[in-house]
Amino acid sequence: MPEPKKKSKAHALVGYFDTPADLFHACETLRDEGYRDFDAHTPFPVHGLEHAMGLKPSRLPWIVLACAAFGLGGATLMQWWMGGVDYPLNISGKPAFTLPSSIPIMFELTVLCSAFGTFFGMWGLNRLPRFYDPVMKHPSFGRATDDKFFIAVEAKDSKYDPEGTRALLEKLGAKELTEVEP
Amino acid sequence: MSAAPVPVTSDVDDPSIRAPLVLGRQNFATVSDSVSTIVERKAPKTWFLLLGLALSILAILGGSLVDLVWKGVGRWGNNHPVGWAWDITGFVFWIGIGHAGTLISAILFLFRQKWRTSINRAAEAMTIFAVMAAGIYPAFHVGRVWLLYWVFPFPNQMSVWPNFKSPLLWDVFAVSTYATVSILFWFVGLVPDLATLRDRATTRTRQIVFGIFALGWRGSHRHWLNYERAYMILAGLSTPLVLSVHTIVSFDFAVSVMPGWHTTIFPPYFVAGAVFSGFAMVLTLMIIVRKAFGLEHLLTKRHLENMCKIILATGSMVGYAYAMEFFIAWYSGNDYERYAFVNRAFGPYKWAYWTMVSCNVICPQLFWFKKIRTSIPAIFVISIFVNIGMWFERFVIIVTSLHRDFIPSSWGYFRPTLIDISTFFGTFGLFLTMFLLFLKFLPSIAISEVKGVMPAADPHHHDDRHEAHEGLTGGTGNEDHHESDPEAVHA
Repeated sequence: MPEPKKKSKAHALVGYFDTPADLFHACETLRDEGYRDFDAHTPFPVHGLEHAMGLKPSRLPWIVLACAAFGLGGATLMQWWMGGVDYPLNISGKPAFTLPSSIPIMFELTVLCSAFGTFFGMWGLNRLPRFYDPVMKHPSFGRATDDKFFIAVEAKDSKYDPEGTRALLEKLGAKELTEVEP
Repeated sequence: MSAAPVPVTSDVDDPSIRAPLVLGRQNFATVSDSVSTIVERKAPKTWFLLLGLALSILAILGGSLVDLVWKGVGRWGNNHPVGWAWDITGFVFWIGIGHAGTLISAILFLFRQKWRTSINRAAEAMTIFAVMAAGIYPAFHVGRVWLLYWVFPFPNQMSVWPNFKSPLLWDVFAVSTYATVSILFWFVGLVPDLATLRDRATTRTRQIVFGIFALGWRGSHRHWLNYERAYMILAGLSTPLVLSVHTIVSFDFAVSVMPGWHTTIFPPYFVAGAVFSGFAMVLTLMIIVRKAFGLEHLLTKRHLENMCKIILATGSMVGYAYAMEFFIAWYSGNDYERYAFVNRAFGPYKWAYWTMVSCNVICPQLFWFKKIRTSIPAIFVISIFVNIGMWFERFVIIVTSLHRDFIPSSWGYFRPTLIDISTFFGTFGLFLTMFLLFLKFLPSIAISEVKGVMPAADPHHHDDRHEAHEGLTGGTGNEDHHESDPEAVHA
């Protein structure tokens, strides 16, 4: 039975690596050690890092699928009701509502709604815009969008232990390890 | 890792050794630097000079449109029998220009063509500005531009709805969807780079402005996961979208029963032509930009050469379509259709037809020669010829099909008015002004994407990670990576 860990006031322990490979290795180690509430902050998406971190695939496609269905259904209903029922126009004796002539707008509105779903769905899943996050308090955090590969282990993680986690990350080669306040 | 110096070149012919995407001793920080400093330093004198020129041309557009709205659409030369002329020519021309941007950002992305990373941002910007320029024509052709919103279906006191069977209404939906999706896609791509600029900001204003538009991006991998999926979905949506837009534009003609317009080849032919003209415009602009801002190491000759190859391929498709149109006109056995095509090539507009053929069919065939594909002056000249040729293509299709109606009493010869010419000329002012502002105020190369295709970005890159990371990533990328994971290194 492990003794209860010391409560820490910090939000997270933040440090960085120089290369994607070091970060990748560190994430794999943390995952294997049983950490869950940790995140990597990188200047570009490091290929395959989600596996090293043990993350589940994005749920975004389901949101987009729902929006696409809404767009397709909406466009069909709109053209049928407006052009076929409410205000039928006789153009060269052609039927007021037909499927072939409705396809271009059905397609365009499907794409439009899906694109909105993707755009807003992605920001929604990411909880952005949010202009502040405690990890930004790390003195070198600006380089996370330039050339350094940050790791942030949150204090709320059940495995988190100020000394133990720090020692682990130091062993993995993390630099400038700093505990950031919430 | 051997650090033997490798010549800074992108002219590697051996297909097993691909030319590097980033030249010279580059690391992640220098990529951020070379793109960000364009935004951060004071703009060069040439930029101000060009902006002045672009704004003057934009003023011509403003003047022409004021005149047009004040006195009426009759200020354009469209009249019986040529009721559609420079206005729709300009519209189709600009929409076509836009297509290369989406092709580069979406289709090449889906095909994992990593060389797109250094040109996609500027090409997408070009798309948006080209669609803006295109939108001017239908918007002002309605006459009372302040009632433009009537094109959309909205509940109104007249209880009328638009005609959903009209290709012109399909156009409204296609072009507005295209503009919206292009802007969303572009903005999604910009966010990580805006965060880079925010974090580098030395002034408070810059920090706040970039900070707002970066939406608080902090490069979290949990975010990247959704982000990459969103990027992929947007690319997947844009690909059929871009094909649909020019298809629907071609329906404006193909769905009519005019000889010369009523052909089933129009959709693919228009799409190929659009990509063709768009790449020509990208080349024209990129050749200037890489020189003016010293971005030769990111926009390498290989990028230019690849674009030349696409121009060659699409130019050949366009040439095939021209020939096939003639064949089908003959094969259809329809006298009116045959006449429309003979008249197109040998009638009063033969000068326009043969200008089109020389610029679009003959000129790009020169790209079969590697010497020409890699000579920057030659590419520049040919790209301009293609731009001219593609404008003439639309002019030829539109005007020659209309100017001789079914009965000879309805024959005429279209001549543009001064306002026709100044409106078209002015749209270049709009396009250039927007493009110059973009170059100065936004990262014109996708910083995070370029970093992602550098050899050092691969987490399984090399045991000797530090050395690889510190530099030499571009030039020596060839010999030490292709054993392990060639795909991750080169496009």
